[in-house]
Amino acid sequence: MIQEGGHDPEMSSMYTLKGVGFRYETEWVLKDVDLTIERGEIVGLIGPNGSGKTTLLKILGRHQRPAEGEVRLGSDDLSTVPPRALARRVSTVPQDHSIAFSYTVLEIVLMGRYPYLKGWAFESAEDHRIARSAMERMGVDSFAHRLFTDLSGGEKQRVIIARALAQRAEVLLLDEPATFLDLHHQAGIYGLLRELNRDDGITVVVVSHDLTMAAQLCRRLLLLNKGRIIRLGTPSDVLTERVIEEVYRCGTLVDAHPTTGRPRVTVIPDWKEA
Amino acid sequence: MDPGKGAILLDVRLPRVLLAGLVGGTLAMVGVTLQALLRNPLADPFVIGISSGTALGVVCFLLSGLSVTFWGTTASPLFGFTGGLLTLFFLYRLSRVHGRIFVQTLLLGGVIINAMLSAVIMFITYMVDADKVMGIVYWLMGNLGSLDFKALAVVALYALAGMVVLFKSARGLNLLALGDETAVTLGLDAERTKRVAFFASALLTGAVVSVSGLISFVGIMIPHVLRMVIGPDHRLLLPASVLGGGIFLMAADTIARSLISPTEIPVGVITALCGGPFFLFLLWRGRSRYWSA
Repeated sequence: MIQEGGHDPEMSSMYTLKGVGFRYETEWVLKDVDLTIERGEIVGLIGPNGSGKTTLLKILGRHQRPAEGEVRLGSDDLSTVPPRALARRVSTVPQDHSIAFSYTVLEIVLMGRYPYLKGWAFESAEDHRIARSAMERMGVDSFAHRLFTDLSGGEKQRVIIARALAQRAEVLLLDEPATFLDLHHQAGIYGLLRELNRDDGITVVVVSHDLTMAAQLCRRLLLLNKGRIIRLGTPSDVLTERVIEEVYRCGTLVDAHPTTGRPRVTVIPDWKEA
Repeated sequence: MDPGKGAILLDVRLPRVLLAGLVGGTLAMVGVTLQALLRNPLADPFVIGISSGTALGVVCFLLSGLSVTFWGTTASPLFGFTGGLLTLFFLYRLSRVHGRIFVQTLLLGGVIINAMLSAVIMFITYMVDADKVMGIVYWLMGNLGSLDFKALAVVALYALAGMVVLFKSARGLNLLALGDETAVTLGLDAERTKRVAFFASALLTGAVVSVSGLISFVGIMIPHVLRMVIGPDHRLLLPASVLGGGIFLMAADTIARSLISPTEIPVGVITALCGGPFFLFLLWRGRSRYWSA
């Protein structure tokens, strides 16, 4: 585990949320969220559109400040961690990949080293080594000097994850990392997340619409609806036909995945074949 | 060398050449900064109205007939800076919702404010006495003459302060190109970086516009040319724009002085007429490869 900034290495939980709520104007999009995420865990945030899962992820990455409640990162109050120190501990893979200038892949990944540099500085040989190894890890080192804007969706996603890895953070937050990707790239991304979690001990929190994939990947799932926690537990605790019907308002068939034994969710069409 | 020629070279030509370098370099650097801050290829101090705000401040100073001095020299840059800053502050408030700056609003608002302020300046120049008007019009068209070493030093001081601030923000500007949210993810205090860079841009614009008038095209053309050549890394782009913009305006001013000598052409005419076609050529050749929004 990489620990920069010398904070307490005691085995406190990675995240502790107590009574967290968030609202836009007067409408609460998140309310009464109590949650503990342990070090080295891999947690999936699931729920229908507008359930508050992306908002919760943004609160964990401090892109949104909660309107009420308390968020602790390790033993620190999340709201008081300085920006650069936070970026050395928590990395985020956002959904939006638009950039305003034509940076090369290498330049993008090197930006992951921002929180370690000061002022008008250039990256050191060590920064380059770290960026290179992150790119090898994500299989994007062969196109280091291509323009980011020329890449396909799957390639961009892997570059962005490589940039997050270059931050050498202990937490990785991802917002629907596999959306818009084909099956091969989806499997690739989920495989990588599992590897990063298992081999590198990185704590992973991932927002996903793909219930089956989330069930195979995550140790625990958090099901949100209308800003409140509906269920929190192992995939087989959370993903039952009754709960899914209630929250998603559509019929599903939940059985065991033939290769992993974990829940597999299949939507039952609400029309009958002639 | 005959002593008269030596004096002209030292007291007239040299400050003018140095001023051209300073003004050109500053305008180009502000252009680079604003394009990064607003994530928009069209941004420069003229388009978003900072220049007009500065110009209005200076016109007010010229008309007031005040002989206010600041650090032993004319307070004109101070008035210009105040005008530019007020404009920027207004734009900032206009486009700020829930603590976030909406770039499209700022850009559109800037275009409109630019038009309004230009109208006010036109109205003022229409109303004032004929003997004052020539001075204002001559200054507005952009010229680099009539400045001694002392005034040059003061302007250089303003400009240098702004440059130091922007150079230190270089890596922050790189990150802002990825969008605010991603920049924050990577450890940047995005709102603070933007505030500081906007403030420095207003300071720099105020300093140079107050002495040189409205010289267009340097702030939008030089950044694009350099981005095509050396790429979008602001740690290289900012110093390069100071050099590139400076050299470009020195050359343009030399042409302005000597093309139909002894009559001088306003240097703003030269920058637009040389820069425009060259820029169009680069656009045609490069075809939007280097800019993507």
